[in-house]
Amino acid sequence: MDAILLQILNGLDKGSAYALIALGLTLIFGTLGVVNFAHGALFMIGAFCAVTVQRLFSLSFETIDETQTDFLGNALKVKTPYVEAWFGPQMGGAIIDWAVPLAILFAIPIMVFVGYAMERGLIKHFYKRPHADQILVTFGLAIVLQEVIKYFYGANPIQTPAPESLSGIVNLGAIIGMDIVYPVWRVVYFLFSLLVIGGIFSFLQFTTFGMVVRAGMADRETVGLLGINIDKRFTVMFGIAAAVAGLAGVMYTPINSPNYHMGMDFLVLSFVVVVVGGMGSLPGAVLAGFLLGILESFASMNEIKSIIPGIDQIIIYVVAIIILLTRPRGLMGRKGVMED
Amino acid sequence: MLGMNKNDTRMLLLVAALTMLAPFILNPFPTDSGLAQFNAGYPDLMQRFVIFGIFAIGFNILFGLTGYLSFGHAAFLGVGSYSAVWMFKLLAMNVIPAILLSVAMAGIFALLIGYVSLRRSGIYFSILTLAFAQMSFNLAYSVLTPITNGETGLQLNLDDPRILGVSQTADGSIPVTNLFGLEMRSTFEMAVGPWAFQFNAGYYLCALILLAVFYLSIRIFRSPFGLMLKAVKSNQQRMNYTGLNTRPYTLAAFVISGMYAGLAGGLLASMDPLAGAERMQWTASGEVVLMTILGGAGTLIGPVLGAGFIKYFENIFSKINESVLHSWFSILPDGLEDLLVTLVYPFVGKGWHMTLGILFVLVVVFLPGGLVEGGQRIVSWLRSKKSDDKAANGKTEPAE
Amino acid sequence: MSNSNFTRRGMLKTSAVAGAGVALPTIFTASSVAAYTNEPTGSSVTLGFNVPQTGPYADEGADELRAYQLAVEHLNGEGDGGMMNTFSSKELQGNGILGKKVEFVTGDTQTKSDAARASAKSMIEKDGAVMITGGSSSGVAIAVQGLCQEAGVIFMAGLTHSNDTTGKDKKANGFRHFFNGYMSAAALAPVLKNLYGTDRNAYHLTADYTWGWTQEESIAAATEAMGWNTVNKVRTPLASTDFSSYIAPVLNSGADVLVLNHYGGNMVNSLTNAVQFGLREKVVNGKNFEIVVPLYSRLMAKGAGANVKGIHGSTNWHWSLQDDASKAFVKSFGTKYGFPPSQAAHTVYCQTLLYADAATRAGTFNPCGIGEALEGFEFDGLGNGKTLYRAGDHQCFKDVLVVRGKENPTSEFDLLEVVEVTPAAQVTYPIDHPMFAGGALGTCNAG
Repeated sequence: MDAILLQILNGLDKGSAYALIALGLTLIFGTLGVVNFAHGALFMIGAFCAVTVQRLFSLSFETIDETQTDFLGNALKVKTPYVEAWFGPQMGGAIIDWAVPLAILFAIPIMVFVGYAMERGLIKHFYKRPHADQILVTFGLAIVLQEVIKYFYGANPIQTPAPESLSGIVNLGAIIGMDIVYPVWRVVYFLFSLLVIGGIFSFLQFTTFGMVVRAGMADRETVGLLGINIDKRFTVMFGIAAAVAGLAGVMYTPINSPNYHMGMDFLVLSFVVVVVGGMGSLPGAVLAGFLLGILESFASMNEIKSIIPGIDQIIIYVVAIIILLTRPRGLMGRKGVMED
Repeated sequence: MLGMNKNDTRMLLLVAALTMLAPFILNPFPTDSGLAQFNAGYPDLMQRFVIFGIFAIGFNILFGLTGYLSFGHAAFLGVGSYSAVWMFKLLAMNVIPAILLSVAMAGIFALLIGYVSLRRSGIYFSILTLAFAQMSFNLAYSVLTPITNGETGLQLNLDDPRILGVSQTADGSIPVTNLFGLEMRSTFEMAVGPWAFQFNAGYYLCALILLAVFYLSIRIFRSPFGLMLKAVKSNQQRMNYTGLNTRPYTLAAFVISGMYAGLAGGLLASMDPLAGAERMQWTASGEVVLMTILGGAGTLIGPVLGAGFIKYFENIFSKINESVLHSWFSILPDGLEDLLVTLVYPFVGKGWHMTLGILFVLVVVFLPGGLVEGGQRIVSWLRSKKSDDKAANGKTEPAE
Repeated sequence: MSNSNFTRRGMLKTSAVAGAGVALPTIFTASSVAAYTNEPTGSSVTLGFNVPQTGPYADEGADELRAYQLAVEHLNGEGDGGMMNTFSSKELQGNGILGKKVEFVTGDTQTKSDAARASAKSMIEKDGAVMITGGSSSGVAIAVQGLCQEAGVIFMAGLTHSNDTTGKDKKANGFRHFFNGYMSAAALAPVLKNLYGTDRNAYHLTADYTWGWTQEESIAAATEAMGWNTVNKVRTPLASTDFSSYIAPVLNSGADVLVLNHYGGNMVNSLTNAVQFGLREKVVNGKNFEIVVPLYSRLMAKGAGANVKGIHGSTNWHWSLQDDASKAFVKSFGTKYGFPPSQAAHTVYCQTLLYADAATRAGTFNPCGIGEALEGFEFDGLGNGKTLYRAGDHQCFKDVLVVRGKENPTSEFDLLEVVEVTPAAQVTYPIDHPMFAGGALGTCNAG
């Protein structure tokens, strides 16, 4: 029982990342009708925002300590971060420790800008082009973005730890008298993703801007005829979608050390998620994200692997194939989307 | 000629000339000049040019004609390779049975996957093919290791139970792949002045097969069947409303293109008897998409050009390292030399992916018809320059 | 003969000038004009450095390339000579190899066997490389080794840790300096026994491919032999990025040791995940829960950061070693590049020197001659103490380092500390050991 609860928890946690990325993909697709293969790259750039912030905070000046030597036998250069020098070791240390959460503040403007630049600079020329062309150009863009990151940050993963106070474990089962320990940061990640998902939905549901966007998703032409500049709003939505992917990336860094190809690792999965959820359906994307996360977790249980060897390698694809064959438009897809 | 119109005949002859003379065309620089770096006329790369050309031609029969974007074609190439290597291990080192089996196996796989995937269209089709291919890759890498030898890749051993032929040669090495005794790797070298040209048996086998399947693809493009596929691309719904079931046609196209991929896989294994699972990964499927688009989807010659272009990049550009750059710019003053090297370095050598990505984006943005369209634009621009009166006919016809 | 003819084709050109453009057939297999593949006839010899420059192991590849360049400099008599001064064989004079200046070409394996073979083939066919070296993955190394055997050139393996490289997939033309899964296990087991006792329950998480399996097999056998019980062996997909669903079941499995048979990004992530789940603070059956990472690399320890502290593993070489050879190498590498070399850099530097030395002793670049010179060659002064290149399987036998993630690193490079140097005798196994059975060396092929 414990094991099953633990895997459900784990699935929700995995699903959070899928759901956030799929949500952004669906936002872009639903508003602009663009299939964005560079969305994984946006997730990756978000993660590297966290790395950058961590590096900025740890920028150091060097002092030469004659008493110690480095690996070549020369006098050791001791590095002291500027923030520690400015705010004192206590406060400075705390700032460095909290680099990842603080990176959120940094990542939002950066990601909105990246998204805006991508849309205005490249993707807007592709609205009238076939979906295949959109896939191809964004795929090319994804390659370029990840190569740029690799050039500056190298190919090996870079460790970006969670703040000390959030990196332990917590016993979630204590209330119901069971022993379910789980990493604090993963719980934080799950809650954070719920917050972001809730934020996006209420933004679309309860603000005028969101209402217009929803109207535009349903019938772009009519909204345009009403004299509303829907394109501009859609561009903003692209920025928001990029920011969602970026935030998912920032918060993901303590879970797994980011590297330059993490975007591609998530890309295929998140597309499967989107398609299973139904192209263009926001609730579908979120639902499918969590669903596939949980299924993936269950498939990696030893009991299940011993019945069907290798199931954990293919479960996602098997589910995708079954759903697409039995429910042609995914779980919650609308009719006539992407079937031309 | 051979049931083709004049244009097509000319194109086939052009391809024939290009492939037959490739050892000369690809080695334009004397071997000891600084530019020898850019020579591509060595057997392995020439073989890859034509093999991936075959792969891309096949992919184009599906994508170019019907518009169905498959993201899982590499799986068929992988199946073909594995079948071929097993044939070498169990039956004989002759390439003919290996190639036949790889085409047949890929055809069977394509039939199964195509039958299921073609029930959906648009991006749903792409994702279905992607899912099948990723499944094949993941399984080949892990659970199916007894058949595929996992990460290492399936290769020949000294103790293979070969029915027709020996397990190992007299001097204790693994026999080599051959065509009725003609070894695939035997190379004839010709030195003319400072140039050296290599003529490789395997390459010419691949090139002849390329010509055959290129001819076949011309015939398919021009046949009523091809016309039907184009109709599917332009408006499948209308086709359905006329009471016509299009699925048999698309399925046939899918299987044919899968068999092309299997043929390519079989040839790869015949030239170099090893089959790695990475051949089936989705990025490998993405690569054939890149080739086709880069060259010009829906055109006959485009995919071959695209395949050559990408393989050239992968094999020649990736070899330009820092010291090569320094030797190029060494005549310049030191500061300028270092500056140029720093500027160029991110885009060559290990940065070749970046250059490829940038080029690819540029092509998709500015040349939707790929390199073929670029060529046509240049030609029409030259023509319009010649005859200014005849106002340039800006509209480019797709080359087919 | 002019100085510019350094490739095989250069040689051809010369003969062509003599024969006024007469066509000259050479066949790779049969006896041809050249005595062996790519016989260098000019004033220089070309080596092929085939390393991952793109993909997940690109940083290892970059470090290997640095070491190769350093080795070439030293061979050509530039720089401070590095380990050439400490090497027990004194044949190398700093005048290239056999008087020929060493040149090199580089290629990108992309950590894919297909791409690696294509790259190696182009070095052999186009650039006239007489030796191929490199690799940062066992699958790639085995694939390229097979190719070199067929083409008739020497392959000096780089970072490859699978038993199969010199086990069931060994080849007469291939040589490995790096250690392997069996040696890791043999070196680690006694240390683990001292630290954690003989009554332990181990849980294996293994990357689901050949290297993972051979290492899992080796470690499980070695630990079971000293009394440990293996609770479970779980295979994880290579493409995994999040190992949480594999780590979670460990919590309640009753195991008190977790063995991570992972490498590269896999190892960084699985270790990070394991630490996140609080395994390090866990107490099972009154014993502290322990994590073991059998194959360590400093570059990867960096990715896992503080998580490696106190975790044991094995490594081929580490820059903090205090023997003369290691110090000389660290000095020469560190002076040139500003940071200490990784174990991957060390092993490929050694391989290059060993090749050059063998060629010098054999007096030829003929792969068969070099093979003979390397087989059974005993040497010292390359940082690993006394080392033997065993004739029967072309594996080097030398001391293995057991290392531990350092608790208080003094610099960003100071991540591991050497706990014990396991003597070579303890990690030596018979050639017909079941884990290395199957396959045969075959005979050397000179093309």
